[in-house]
Amino acid sequence: MTDVALEVENLRVVLENTEIDIVDDVSFSLVPGEILGLVGESGSGKTTVGLAILGHSRRGASFAGGSIRIAGEDVLAKSEAQLRSMRGRVVSYVPQDPASALNPAVRIETQLNETIQAHRGSNGDVRGRLNEMLAEVLLPQDKEFLRRYPHQLSGGQQQRVALAMAFANRPRVIVLDEPTTGLDVTTQAHVLATVRDLCEAHGVAAVYVSHDLAVVANLASRVAVMYAGRVVETGPTQTLFLRAAHPYTRRLVEAIPELSGRHALVGIPGTAPRSGHRPTGCFFAPRCTFAQPTCELALPPRELVAGGHEVRCYRHEAVLQESLAARAAATPPAEVKAADGLVAVRGVQASHGPRQVLFDVELVVRPHECVALVGESGSGKTTLARCIAGLHANYEGDIAFRGSQLPAGSRARDRETRRQIQYVFQSPYSSLNPRKTIEQIIGQPLRLFFDLGGSEARSRMVDTLETVQLGPSVLDRYPHHLSGGERQRVAIARALVASPQLLICDEVTSALDVSVQAAIVDLLADLQRELGLGLLFVTHNLALIRTLAQEVAVMSEGRIVERGLVDRVLDRPSAEYTRKLLSDTPSLETALAAAT
Amino acid sequence: MSSELPGEAPELLIEGPGPLLALPSKPSRSRFFRGIPGFIARRILFGLLTLFIASLIIFLATEALPGDAARSILGRNATPDSLAALRQQLGLNRPLVQQYTDWIKGVATGDLGDSLAEQRPVTDVIGERVVYSAFLMFLAAIISFPLALLIGVSSARRRDGPFDHTTSIVSLGLAALPEFIVGIALVVIFATTVFHWLPAVTIIDPGTPPWTHPKELILPTLTLVIAVTPYTVRIMRASMVEILESDYVEMARLKGLSERVVMWRHAVPNAIAPTFQVMAINLAYLAGGIVVVESVFNYPGIGAGFVDAVHARDMPVVQALALLIAALYVVLNMLADIATILVSPRLRTSLK
Amino acid sequence: MTEQAIAIAAPPVPRQRPWVLLLKGTWRQGRTKVGVLIVVALVAIAGVGPFFAPYAPDAPVKHGNGEFALPFEPPSSYAPLGTDNIGRDVLSRFLWGGRSVLALSVLATALGAILGIGVGLLAAYSRGMGDEVVMRAMDVVLAFPQLVFALVLVATVGPSLWLLVLAVGLTTMPRVARVTRGASLEVVERDFIRAAESIGLPKRKILFGEILPNVTSPLVVEVTLRLTFNIAVIAALSFLGFGLQPPAADWGLMVNENRQGLLVGQPWGVLLPVIAIGLLTVGTSLIGDGFSRAAIGIERGSGGD
Repeated sequence: MTDVALEVENLRVVLENTEIDIVDDVSFSLVPGEILGLVGESGSGKTTVGLAILGHSRRGASFAGGSIRIAGEDVLAKSEAQLRSMRGRVVSYVPQDPASALNPAVRIETQLNETIQAHRGSNGDVRGRLNEMLAEVLLPQDKEFLRRYPHQLSGGQQQRVALAMAFANRPRVIVLDEPTTGLDVTTQAHVLATVRDLCEAHGVAAVYVSHDLAVVANLASRVAVMYAGRVVETGPTQTLFLRAAHPYTRRLVEAIPELSGRHALVGIPGTAPRSGHRPTGCFFAPRCTFAQPTCELALPPRELVAGGHEVRCYRHEAVLQESLAARAAATPPAEVKAADGLVAVRGVQASHGPRQVLFDVELVVRPHECVALVGESGSGKTTLARCIAGLHANYEGDIAFRGSQLPAGSRARDRETRRQIQYVFQSPYSSLNPRKTIEQIIGQPLRLFFDLGGSEARSRMVDTLETVQLGPSVLDRYPHHLSGGERQRVAIARALVASPQLLICDEVTSALDVSVQAAIVDLLADLQRELGLGLLFVTHNLALIRTLAQEVAVMSEGRIVERGLVDRVLDRPSAEYTRKLLSDTPSLETALAAAT
Repeated sequence: MSSELPGEAPELLIEGPGPLLALPSKPSRSRFFRGIPGFIARRILFGLLTLFIASLIIFLATEALPGDAARSILGRNATPDSLAALRQQLGLNRPLVQQYTDWIKGVATGDLGDSLAEQRPVTDVIGERVVYSAFLMFLAAIISFPLALLIGVSSARRRDGPFDHTTSIVSLGLAALPEFIVGIALVVIFATTVFHWLPAVTIIDPGTPPWTHPKELILPTLTLVIAVTPYTVRIMRASMVEILESDYVEMARLKGLSERVVMWRHAVPNAIAPTFQVMAINLAYLAGGIVVVESVFNYPGIGAGFVDAVHARDMPVVQALALLIAALYVVLNMLADIATILVSPRLRTSLK
Repeated sequence: MTEQAIAIAAPPVPRQRPWVLLLKGTWRQGRTKVGVLIVVALVAIAGVGPFFAPYAPDAPVKHGNGEFALPFEPPSSYAPLGTDNIGRDVLSRFLWGGRSVLALSVLATALGAILGIGVGLLAAYSRGMGDEVVMRAMDVVLAFPQLVFALVLVATVGPSLWLLVLAVGLTTMPRVARVTRGASLEVVERDFIRAAESIGLPKRKILFGEILPNVTSPLVVEVTLRLTFNIAVIAALSFLGFGLQPPAADWGLMVNENRQGLLVGQPWGVLLPVIAIGLLTVGTSLIGDGFSRAAIGIERGSGGD
């Protein structure tokens, strides 16, 4: 029997001084060298579990039960001093945001050295160990680099420093908390490869906390899915993604966008219940298509489905039956017939202050067409979108709308033009005024563009809300009463209420959970078809565009490197950059195919 | 790092006479003002500009407003002739611009004119008093600053504990009290009504150094300390709390570093910049506070001198002292800004 | 199941306007209740006191035998808290003396707040050059302690109540502007301001309709704080003799006038106004602190996930 590196048993974390649980009855185990993907959406409790493995709880939370054994020692039973001895040595942590986790006032060298010295003292070859650490994560070892401060490193380098510190003392267990968030796809690929290699080389068991299932599929051999503070399913990666036994897991997998675009993106309506608001019975029941009245009586217990595959669902047999049936096929976007451009961008050079960010850009969006604008952060795609929308006036070149030249900046444009081009922003938390009701927010363009008020305006709003699948009760609420997905629908409704001809969506799903993202993309596709909108869809995620766009333009460093029909560009890319982007994007399908 | 826990309410930083000049957000593109020496030069230039405009304000307020100095000095004895003569003597007939430039020239060369009330050079009048005020401020500063540091940091470390709650309420209350109320209250308690240990007013032979009168110094110093410390305690505490709750301090603990290393290597270096700012605020507050405190105790410093000059409409003295106090404010904040930049690696390197 | 169906099934959400939340959160705290109690009591004394004063503020106390009372007499049946420096009733003068401090402080704070909010909003939204110029101008005014600025003006024009309000109001302006600008800068970066710009909402409406409602919490805290400081400044100016002139009754003035009484065992002429002013500032400070904690609690609790 191989020894167990990590064993979590019935972990329970509650809000301090209350009985309200954040997570409960969490159990899983790992052997050395194994990587477990701890998967869940926001509010699932996965970060809480990750930190608990280090014996750490956030302010306002406390441990209320269960045990976490690392190499036989129960972390939850240790004193502060004993924990200090274990952390960094037996169990270590790689944070989500290395920029804020590294001390801005301390040099890299010191921060790396102290990890070694804390547990081995200054005797022994600290310098040698340091060089070893740096070599492992492919960082330079020269004095100049070591004397830098964290803000002088790139995001990828910062994360490598964090990895080096985590692996420095050859721990038994490492907890990685979404460590590639905010990194571009290529850097992400490198970091993941490093993690895989190091874990294998040193027999380290890793818990990889993430919401990104494609990444997890490529990295982890086993997966535990969390929902509303409970582990709902655990099992080998293959099994979970191909033959999930829990409805939530299945829906989650169906929500993952795929480069092949073979399957329809299906979202999960509603939101996960937060601590203190969880219903009796199965937490997922209100959103579950398999739910029956018995599901709402009591929380389902853990059941074994097969070797190493556990699930928490009364209806898992029915789920397994359906799971094997084919997923809904995607409806490809309709072909566009119009010849004239709705928006024609020609020779545009844009700058942010003194720095030029767009170089000689050309783009055409035809009426009723969806064009995807794809690129990583810093590629200039958002700047281009904003130039078209009139939010960025510092550019030269031509942007024509319906044949006539657009003045730069929305203030210079006439009301009609402003009405025809509408913009939806990336963050639903920042694009709605928190001090206004939804009615006031959506009513503003109605008042401005159509001089509409009162009951007539309200009925128009109700109609628009219906097209984005929101009920009229939402009108009297404030944004903070709504979930991220609902807020984004409101933002879309605000844009639609002006009856625009062109809708520009700027990374509108990046701030949302996977299941919500799928629903929004689905909604946009429907809207575009039904209303015949021209749509400019800006995104960094190539996998999203197949079901939505007819044409795609790929941007890198301020230039359009490739342009053409979506199918052609994704299947037979001609630009080197596009090829690299495609190969670095983690794909669920490739991961599963590679393993079989 | 995202949190799955509901919110809680820490103490909000309380604003007051804040740092004077905002820090630059972008490095200078000018050829002459690059790098750190360039930044310092620019900051000094801005300080001088501010001072210049402040002097304009002082000048305009005292000379250009209605209220004739000559009339108020002569009072009932004002005949048209005597008024004209006095105006001529005071130089009130010169054009405004010339009055201003003459004054500034005088300031630069150390000639501040003559005090109207005492008929001697302003520099003499101020000179005697400056030593008294400086000593008082010095005493108050060396007590209040370390005290504020200690209490602020301790409160932050024992956050939400009984010590923290007590200091929070006490400092809130004390910070709100006007300085003269604190002064009078201390007089009532220690000098006149409850105990009779200390003198209620300062009776000092002029010309003797302040440190030879310890008894007279106790209450004024105590008043200043009580007036200034609670405010700076709150700022120090808020800064410290922000640092102790930062991601990088959490990370340091998760690496298993000892509490000593976490505090001294990770927390303290980030606390130096706020400490400098607190020091500047502390001193600036004191500079403003001495006006009232010295008046309460009749302590012969520039604060009481200023009030006396205002009562007597002694314009040259008023102008000189107002300029002095404004200069003190500007210089202190400038030093704090420069120190802040020098002490944060991030800001330092972004200037290069 | 659609979003609509789920929304109907979900439990009802408490519908509270943001400012109601702030007020409720503030009131919930013990310290606020104490602060409000204190302030209400003192405002009552200052406002309604004169109606209960046994004597007019400048009337001398007479003993039963028709003789005038001496200065600094101890409490007696004719003067419950004794007499002041020229034989007037301390209690009556105390009841009459609060109005000036309160009125002047409130007026000055209101003036400074209105100006400061306008300046701060404008500076934050203009960014760039406009912001720099405006804030440098504010920095110049900040170079003076409030008291010193007021005294400089008084030295020229002479003590005048309007001058005090103007001086204190003008020096309140940059401090409020600073806080307004700071809070607004964060709001200006948010996308809903971009959205408003993209549909061409006029600048005026953006400043007051979009930005201002989002900075009310820190502003309420700051304005309350300013009120506390302004009460202190105005009381100090009165104490130094630059506010209401004798023989008017004024708390600050009383503290100075009756100091001699401390030496002869009649402290009430000093103690009453000192306690009143002290309590007033502590009370407003407690209320301000209550607001500040409530504001942070709301912000943390309903922040994005």
